Amino acid sequence: MHPALSVIFFTTASGAGYGLLVWLALHAALTGDANPLIGWIGFPLALGLVTAGLLSSTFHLGHPERAWRAMSQWRSSWLSREGLLAVLTYIPALLFAVGWVLLGRNDGLWMLAGAVAAVLAMVTVYCTAMIYQSLKTIPRWHNGFTVPGYLAMAMATGGLWILPLLALSGSDLQTMALPTMGFVLLSAAIKWRYWTATDNAAPTATSGTATGLANLGTVRLLEGPTTSETYVMREMGYRIGRKHAVKLRRLAGFFGLVIPIAVLAAVLAMPGSGTMAGGLVLLAAISGSVGVVVERWLYFAEAKHVSTLYYGEEFA
Amino acid sequence: MTCLPTTAGSKKLGLVIDLDICVGCHACAVNCKEWNTSGHSAPLTDWNAYSDDAEEDGDEGAWGVWFNRIHTYEAGEGEDARTVHFPRSCLHCETPDCVTVCPTGASYKRVEDGIVLVNADLCIGCKLCSWACPYGAREYDKTEGVMKKCTLCVDKIYNENLEEQDRVPACVSTCPAGARHFGDLGDPDSDVSQLVAERQGYELMPEMGYKPVNRYLPPRPRRTKAEDFGAPERLADLALRVPAGETTSDASGLLGWLDTMLSR
Ligand code: SF4
Ligand code: SF4
Repeated sequence: MHPALSVIFFTTASGAGYGLLVWLALHAALTGDANPLIGWIGFPLALGLVTAGLLSSTFHLGHPERAWRAMSQWRSSWLSREGLLAVLTYIPALLFAVGWVLLGRNDGLWMLAGAVAAVLAMVTVYCTAMIYQSLKTIPRWHNGFTVPGYLAMAMATGGLWILPLLALSGSDLQTMALPTMGFVLLSAAIKWRYWTATDNAAPTATSGTATGLANLGTVRLLEGPTTSETYVMREMGYRIGRKHAVKLRRLAGFFGLVIPIAVLAAVLAMPGSGTMAGGLVLLAAISGSVGVVVERWLYFAEAKHVSTLYYGEEFA
Repeated sequence: MTCLPTTAGSKKLGLVIDLDICVGCHACAVNCKEWNTSGHSAPLTDWNAYSDDAEEDGDEGAWGVWFNRIHTYEAGEGEDARTVHFPRSCLHCETPDCVTVCPTGASYKRVEDGIVLVNADLCIGCKLCSWACPYGAREYDKTEGVMKKCTLCVDKIYNENLEEQDRVPACVSTCPAGARHFGDLGDPDSDVSQLVAERQGYELMPEMGYKPVNRYLPPRPRRTKAEDFGAPERLADLALRVPAGETTSDASGLLGWLDTMLSR
């Protein structure tokens, strides 16, 4: 699949933003501390990431001015459900933000708003993942790894981004660093299993079943329908990702797993949040996000669409 | 509404494409473009059509929106290999995800005849439906910002301004080889259903579960031996009539010279 930058940016940015929202709610629930610094930076960051992601994906539509229509088909469409949930999440999230930032409160009903926002945020990420997981046409997406992967990576990047805020406000890093580490490791484990499983999966369809000519023998494309690339070849027939897959997977692992884990281990080993720890966790957050961007790029670029079977692929 | 019709009528309009007959001339694709560029989903935009050098749209190559594409495949090995011309367009599936994934209600399946259409006034151009189609049947018009696809010539098959016999999709009326048939595949007694039964017509990629309505008729078994054509006696007769050995020794003059030259 063609890795469109708008979609990669949307899924990674909104994932991190929704994840951060969950961690803000967790922080409120665990500590009851409405530290203004965390609030003033945390909410603009979380909602900014989400909003930027949504806007970027909206502006890449053929008709952005009609985007509101996308909320109408929630009965059948995961994309529609995602749009609806994304908008709904703003309501409790903004209430949560107002309580924390303007009133200095994140207890009682304000806390409840935070909890509702956290749940809706995760449901939104779930819907995003389901858009991809539900596509039978793309075997690398249509499997049980997509949803857990999106959820775990949203939680991992969100956790990585709350740590610099905690460091900045002089709060304790340990409580959040440990579960964040858990989500980073979980994401890596899911990705690892995803790659081994999908690399070795039996083909879903072949050029023989696509043309129905399998009984004549192996089916090969002799002549395509056009002299230059069609829409389907441009949109679904991306091959470069598969060529560089191994190198890019290593890069994703280095930025997404190795660096964040090293930093988190150091933070856990040396309690007390100094400026050094603050700088380190910021580095881990940036590195982790870069790792997820590379991972997401691969998620698209490596995915083979069954319609490419008509254009010369022999199995998908 | 992008939920599939639950009260679907029994009528399933579709195409039957005979892979034994198709000669790969692309006439159906050309006439499809011709009719539809001013039909229901008009226009079928082209880019870099005259330049091929990315001047018009920043994208390489001459390309454009087509509803019908003709591929050519080779199947089998060596002497048994076959060349098969393969027209591909929307199969107007019975349970297509291209419809259910659409977030706006732009994509829909008609209750009355099963035709799958896009309402260009609702489409936001998110392209998700094209991702959901296993058959590569939908093509995005980036100038108009909406998705386009085969309409089964909905504006032709019911058009009362046309003669009765012309009320078939453009691809069907233009095929010079008679490889394309149109009709109601929901009616077991229709000509197309009979043809499918007789020739063991099949669906493409049944494993996807989309239940395509269109059917393909397989190439007939290859005929290589004289008996296969019912010609053995005639050929045997001819063989007997060929003189055992020709002789040119009596040729002289110009013919003799020609004979010597040609025999070198
Ligand atoms: S062929 Fe593709 S576009 Fe046509 S109905 Fe089936 S899934 Fe939809
Ligand atoms: S591109 Fe248009 S028709 Fe296709 S899913 Fe999006 S809104 Fe629906």
